[in-house]
Amino acid sequence: MTASQPALRVCGLAKSFTVHAQGGLSLPVLHDVALTVSPGECLALVGPSGAGKSTLLRSLYGNYRADAGSIRVRQDEGWIELVGAEPRTVLDVRHRTMGFVSQFLRVIPRVPAVDVVAEPLVRRGADAAEARQRAEFLLAMLGIPARLWALPPATFSGGEQQRVNIARSLIVDYPILLLDEPTASLDAANRDGVVELISQRRDAGAAIVGIFHDTAVRDAVATRVHEVVPPVTPSGAAP
Amino acid sequence: MSGPLLSARGVTRRFGGRVACHDVSFDLWPGEVLGIVGESGSGKTTLLNCLAGRLVPDGGAVTYETQSAGSVDVHRLSEARRRLLARTEWGFVNQDAREGLRMGVSAGANIGERLMAVGARHYGEIRREAADWMARVEIDAARLDDRPGTYSGGMRQRLQIARNLVSKPRLVFMDEPTGGLDVSVQARILDLLRGLVGGLHLSAVLVTHDLGVARLLTHRLMVMQGGRVVEQGLTDQVLDDPQHAYTQMLVASILPV
Repeated sequence: MTASQPALRVCGLAKSFTVHAQGGLSLPVLHDVALTVSPGECLALVGPSGAGKSTLLRSLYGNYRADAGSIRVRQDEGWIELVGAEPRTVLDVRHRTMGFVSQFLRVIPRVPAVDVVAEPLVRRGADAAEARQRAEFLLAMLGIPARLWALPPATFSGGEQQRVNIARSLIVDYPILLLDEPTASLDAANRDGVVELISQRRDAGAAIVGIFHDTAVRDAVATRVHEVVPPVTPSGAAP
Repeated sequence: MSGPLLSARGVTRRFGGRVACHDVSFDLWPGEVLGIVGESGSGKTTLLNCLAGRLVPDGGAVTYETQSAGSVDVHRLSEARRRLLARTEWGFVNQDAREGLRMGVSAGANIGERLMAVGARHYGEIRREAADWMARVEIDAARLDDRPGTYSGGMRQRLQIARNLVSKPRLVFMDEPTGGLDVSVQARILDLLRGLVGGLHLSAVLVTHDLGVARLLTHRLMVMQGGRVVEQGLTDQVLDDPQHAYTQMLVASILPV
């Protein structure tokens, strides 16, 4: 693969939470974060619990609102700034460029697992039957038994829901993938399937940022590590 | 590139000395679903009615980009033109389906009336289309000739949705479309709305006090308190990282199941 432009550039990123119920208490989490990820790279965020790894990942996706700094995403041969962007700009980037795998599936009442997985493709205008086929392929690859495909995932186990979630996020070939503990509640066999899928995406040129507590998973997928430093509170102790 | 479908600028409405909504501005883009959330009395429904031309604001303006006649000031249209717009390019789903349906005529006529408003004249085709929409909203086609008064609350709400969407409007206003219904009936309607809004590439403005409904159906949220918009942004961002004290209180008040 030729050396290409980075897919994601972050600099000066800051994020704190203000809790109004606690008299406007301010909890600083991220301060002056900078990172760059190129196609084919998988950057693992590491740091102790509470350091702000998830906050960083959610800020990159626009799920949390950054206080300051810049998050730029490569799209259509140009750079799109996400900090302070209009909602429709963020939605467009999520729609075409950036996928997110969270730890938990947000189930939609009554919608069968296979349609939950196929939806992002259908929304992009893919043929419904083809999207369904692709969804079934991914569900099978992730070890979800075929008898569950037509059922809404609300009653699935935690591990099954998580794999449905992974299939849903990987059904579109997003150039950028954000992964928050994609293997957290999976057993060894299912974990290997997920690792395989992530590695395939990385080798196909996706730029990946992830949190992987399982060091074996991290070693298998990550090409670099980014240390997230715990915030320093005025008293000097972590909050 | 086309512009916004609906624009509100400084929309203000008072009832006597009380301000129901104050200085509300936003743009709604094609394909977007905007949620308006807040407690009872926060001005959500007043704002919705101002946007849809049902209430005249005391200040500000609402502009809509029509399909063929360019952009219009909703409140400067003649009554006849505004009604035509409401019947052809818009839909309005009331919380109480009885307000949005004609209770004296059959379900089929309720759906067919909207089709005739956009020019359908062939009786057989209107009836076929009405039956097709009954199926889409999961009402037994055998009930086509029954009046909505004989329907359950959930069926009536689905019929109201069919009546509004059959003519393929570009913009739909919804006022608490699942309010007052059992949760299982609610889930069915939410699923239906979600599929229809996505499939027809509709734009919509949805008023709800239910943040779960807002999360499921909307792209963007405006949070209202005391007639003012206190926070707005991407739906998941407003709900997962609320900035304003009132939004934080609303989000913290959701009962977990």
